[in-house]
Amino acid sequence: MSKVKTVADLKKMKSKLQAKVELREKGDSPEGRVVIKVGMATSGIASGAKEVMAFLIEELDKRNIDAVVMQTGDMGYCFAEPTIEVKRPGEEPVVFGYVDKAKADEIIEKYIKFGELVEGILPDNYQTID
Amino acid sequence: MQILVCAGTGCQASLSEELLSQLNSEIEANELENDVQAIRTGCFGFCEQGPIIKIMPDNTFYTQVKPQDATEVIQEHIIKGRRVERLLFTDPETKEKIADSRKMGFYKKQMRIALRNCGFIDPDNIDDAIAKDAYEALGKVVTEMSPEEAIETLKKSGLRGRGGGGFSTGLKWEYAFKNRADQKYVVCNADEGDPGAFMDRSILEGDPHTVLEAMAICGYCIGADKGLIYIRAEYPLAIERLKTAIVQAREYGLLGKSIFGTDFSFDIELKYGAGAFVCGEETALIHSMEGERGEPTVKPPFPAESGFMGRPTNVNNVETFASIPPIYLKGADWFAKIGTNRSTGTKVFALAGKVNNVGLVEVPMGITLRDVIFEIGGGIKNGKKFKAIQTGGPSGGCLTEEHLDTPIEFDTLLAVGSMMGSGGMIVLDEDDCMVEVSKYFLDFTVEESCGKCSPCRIGNKRLHELLEHICKGNAEESDLDRLRNMSTVIKESSLCGLGQTSPNPVLSTLDNFMNEYLAHVIDKKCPAGACKELMNYVISETNCVGCTACARVCPVNAISGERKEPHFIDISVCIKCGACMDKCKFDAISIQ
Ligand SMILES: Cc1cc2nc3c(=O)[nH]c(=O)nc-3n(C[C@H](O)[C@H](O)[C@H](O)COP(=O)(O)O)c2cc1C
Ligand code: SF4
Repeated sequence: MSKVKTVADLKKMKSKLQAKVELREKGDSPEGRVVIKVGMATSGIASGAKEVMAFLIEELDKRNIDAVVMQTGDMGYCFAEPTIEVKRPGEEPVVFGYVDKAKADEIIEKYIKFGELVEGILPDNYQTID
Repeated sequence: MQILVCAGTGCQASLSEELLSQLNSEIEANELENDVQAIRTGCFGFCEQGPIIKIMPDNTFYTQVKPQDATEVIQEHIIKGRRVERLLFTDPETKEKIADSRKMGFYKKQMRIALRNCGFIDPDNIDDAIAKDAYEALGKVVTEMSPEEAIETLKKSGLRGRGGGGFSTGLKWEYAFKNRADQKYVVCNADEGDPGAFMDRSILEGDPHTVLEAMAICGYCIGADKGLIYIRAEYPLAIERLKTAIVQAREYGLLGKSIFGTDFSFDIELKYGAGAFVCGEETALIHSMEGERGEPTVKPPFPAESGFMGRPTNVNNVETFASIPPIYLKGADWFAKIGTNRSTGTKVFALAGKVNNVGLVEVPMGITLRDVIFEIGGGIKNGKKFKAIQTGGPSGGCLTEEHLDTPIEFDTLLAVGSMMGSGGMIVLDEDDCMVEVSKYFLDFTVEESCGKCSPCRIGNKRLHELLEHICKGNAEESDLDRLRNMSTVIKESSLCGLGQTSPNPVLSTLDNFMNEYLAHVIDKKCPAGACKELMNYVISETNCVGCTACARVCPVNAISGERKEPHFIDISVCIKCGACMDKCKFDAISIQ
């Protein structure tokens, strides 16, 4: 990777990366793919987030679902760890709490495949800055 | 279509379960099972307006929905596609009905600045961070602003240190800037020693680049080319993520020599602490980094004059740093408008204890304790009664019902006898004994005192002993005066912030819960039923049927009695474990 030498470099890089992030969410298919973020801070990992992430990666692959699974930091819902965020193409992301393997399986079968929501949704209750 | 029904504790208390089953039977009655599902969700954080339902995908938000409203929701909204006006939320200011939950940002009491990227980006991937503006503020500062201008911006933003003291960050940078030296240092305090606090850890684990970027900005402003992060070895994940982030930033040339093509150079190194609370105090922290004993020294000289290796050093907290890049991107005025006049911006709190939604919350300064506990926190667990909230950790105090509407600001919290501290918030309910709570914090300070000065080393030990006597029923009323006097002396004569604040939990509970102390010393009773030595398990002769279940479960055989005859407990043998009470099916055992 080339070095950032000027602010213009950084900005160019940023717009490229934003496009890349977008591509990660879209994949090769025109309608896009599912993006799953697993909260992997200490509290998430302590409640089993690593196992859930491994399960998701393996099962999505086995079930032939085009999805990206990535790690992220603490979403703040410590009472409901492990938490994952699922974004279906073209839809708003949804956060699920208390996700163990069984829940992850249900999320794949119902929400990821058919968009059917399952229990355990954590509504976002904060504003972010853009 | 989907109907999301809030199943947070607040909404459940206002019949959201019944509402859910009503909705389900309406769905069935209209044979809509294949098209519409009603499901439970977590707390929406708007509990006073509960029960809340949200209809997807059109995002309609209905508040105060009663079970009997189910028919109308299904008939009108779901079947006919018409909104039920009367259930929409009315904006208290404009009196307008608001349907779309996305237009209801104001109900979202949380606002994320320091945590803006936590939970969104992959912390191990600098590209993710850059796509979210990382290092853009640094670029702007080093290419467009002089150090003086950049410091002025920070002063104007009103940002105050989030590590506990609440000192103006801009002023601190200015002192370090004005002190001339051949070498200066930027230090990030990631010691985070308050029991229960984990906001700094979450920031480092979720968004390490923001801290690196802000440290570099600080380096540019004060004239330092070296940054040090003092982090406790007990945070292995945060350390790993920081190491990865530093390597990636160096690869991209965002740390290292001639950053953004200027002659500004900056690099960062990690220093590990062994996890002593006192090493979070800045002078002790600096000594620890130098390889000396982690003990505080008298200020002045302040680190800005003579810090690491005797050079001017600027120490800031992790969350302080994380708040800085957006200030440069969005402007000092933007930041100053958030929060209140004297406490600008947001603060992250680790909400814990007897509250439903335990977790990290970031709120604008000036929000009330009530909002944090009852709206964001979803109220007290198990429908118990709120008793107190402890803020500021071992240096803070316990606030009561009467302080619930106090705005959360550095100065207002100090004025009511607590403090912001680093952001721990522990909610206590009717089952918590306030004497025991202050003893808990004293346990911590006695353990963590470095022992350098006698008021703190010996005084806190004596305070702790007195509290133990009180909890055991061995204290007199006059001991309460001794408790107070000793606290005042410790506060006034200790060397560092640890000793100067350690009696705060005792003083604030003496002020706010005197009755509870009196009950312990005069009546030898613990009103909350928490102090074991002051309570006795008793079997009621009228309720006991003589089933012998209690006698069989008692681990020390303190219970005797004939089968089918009332039993009794020998209190000289009883160890007060409570096993008998848990076992009794006839409510015959109580605490007195
Ligand atoms: C006993 C004691 C413990 C402290 N622990 C911490 C800590 O863990 N983290 C922290 O940032 N500041 C801690 N501080 C405050 C620091 O001394 C210092 O004020 C702070 O790091 C300055 O950063 P700020 O201005 O950004 O808040 C502690 C202070 C005392 C007296
Ligand atoms: S007040 Fe306590 S922690 Fe601080 S220097 Fe004195 S003994 Fe050490």
